[in-house]
Amino acid sequence: MELQGFGHLLISGAWITLQLAICSLFVGLIFGMLGATAKLSSSKIAQTLGNGYTLFVRGMPELLLVLTIYFGSSAVLMAIASLFGYDEYIELSPFIAGVTALSIAFGAYATEVFRGAIQEIPKGQREAAIALGMSRFQTFRRITLPQVWRLALPGLGNLFLVLLKDTALVSVIGLNELMRQTAVAVSNTKEPFTFYFAAAIMYLLMTSISMAGLYLLERHSNRGYQGARS
Amino acid sequence: MSWEWDVIIEHYPRLLQGALLTLELVLLSGFIGLMLAIPLALMRVSHRPWLKAIPFSYIFFFRGTPLLIQIFLVYYGASQFEFIKNSALWPILREPYWCAIITFALHTAAYIAEILRGAIQSIPKGEIEAARALGMSYPLMLRRIILPRAFGIMMPAYGNEVILMLKGSALASTITLLDLTGMARTIIARTYTPLEVFLTAGVIYLIISAVIIYLFKYFEKRFNRHQHWTNEKPEGLDPQH
Repeated sequence: MELQGFGHLLISGAWITLQLAICSLFVGLIFGMLGATAKLSSSKIAQTLGNGYTLFVRGMPELLLVLTIYFGSSAVLMAIASLFGYDEYIELSPFIAGVTALSIAFGAYATEVFRGAIQEIPKGQREAAIALGMSRFQTFRRITLPQVWRLALPGLGNLFLVLLKDTALVSVIGLNELMRQTAVAVSNTKEPFTFYFAAAIMYLLMTSISMAGLYLLERHSNRGYQGARS
Repeated sequence: MSWEWDVIIEHYPRLLQGALLTLELVLLSGFIGLMLAIPLALMRVSHRPWLKAIPFSYIFFFRGTPLLIQIFLVYYGASQFEFIKNSALWPILREPYWCAIITFALHTAAYIAEILRGAIQSIPKGEIEAARALGMSYPLMLRRIILPRAFGIMMPAYGNEVILMLKGSALASTITLLDLTGMARTIIARTYTPLEVFLTAGVIYLIISAVIIYLFKYFEKRFNRHQHWTNEKPEGLDPQH
């Protein structure tokens, strides 16, 4: 495939795509944890907030979410800043807006994964921990959390693959990631098929590597459950 | 910050008009996708390695790349080749509407094929063996046993896929179509009220997904009605009493 010297541009775009995906993954995991805590808490208000979050975000297209955050955040931020007497124009950078939108979307799905994983841990273990005199927080940190990782990993892995593909949407608000750099190359060379296909191969490469990494992680986290070795 | 209800009240008929196009895209591409997915899934469960390889690479490509890139490949990519421009297909591939339909159908077919494969493989083996013991040919078995059973099993997962496709259809707005998202973007370009209009569009998407979830609950019951049928004996027929 002849890329006419635009290969570097695509690779620099792929690098931004990876940064975007990794940042959104970390922030999204925090959102997911908070969401699951809210949904499983005994407080009615927290439950309603958690349910509203997952219902609304999972029912809304990711593209719409990206656009809402990027174009809507200025109005909200400026309203907040004006309370403190700051009246200049504020705008989120496309990268920050992208990370915010993608991590909100990731967090809504991760909430469900975490909730399922926490509920799957036998109740007796928590009762045993409390019987041993551990506080609720200690029980969570020492008993629940280490096991949640193993149970949630397959679900979170799938969500990461979805996230990796959703990063392409951030090109719509002008972040120089793989999709947008490809568009730049296309407008210079007038060879759309070649370049979009090259970008598709790069996405395939990234998803394949992530899939292999997830497989290794899953195997590692299940090492205690693989039955007797000969 | 001021929340402007007037903008919503003034523009919601146009948003509904966009929602209509969104529904049209999802339904049409969903139907074509389902038709494509059946042969793909059947090839995928075949025992012949060369026959399995075709759907495998198809599914690998469409599930491993973003939908946005697929839609651009069809809409912009097709124009790179002179032979496509000269062919009878060009009047179709020139239209963003048909490009969106083709891309969404190809995309969703890959996902549905994977769901259908899982469903076919989870049909209890005894049912297939029983059909074979009754002397059914493969096409007859497919029509009477395998596909009806697989549809019943796959309904919940298929419902999720339709909702994902509804959300994916927002990408039609990137190739100039005025679907729900596209309509919201054009309204905002004139009124500068992003939060109000985008959130209203979000609520409309939410309502559409609620309707889809409800419909699929009904389909699920309908396809699996043999499991819900209660064997109630009519009273007063038993001579022993």
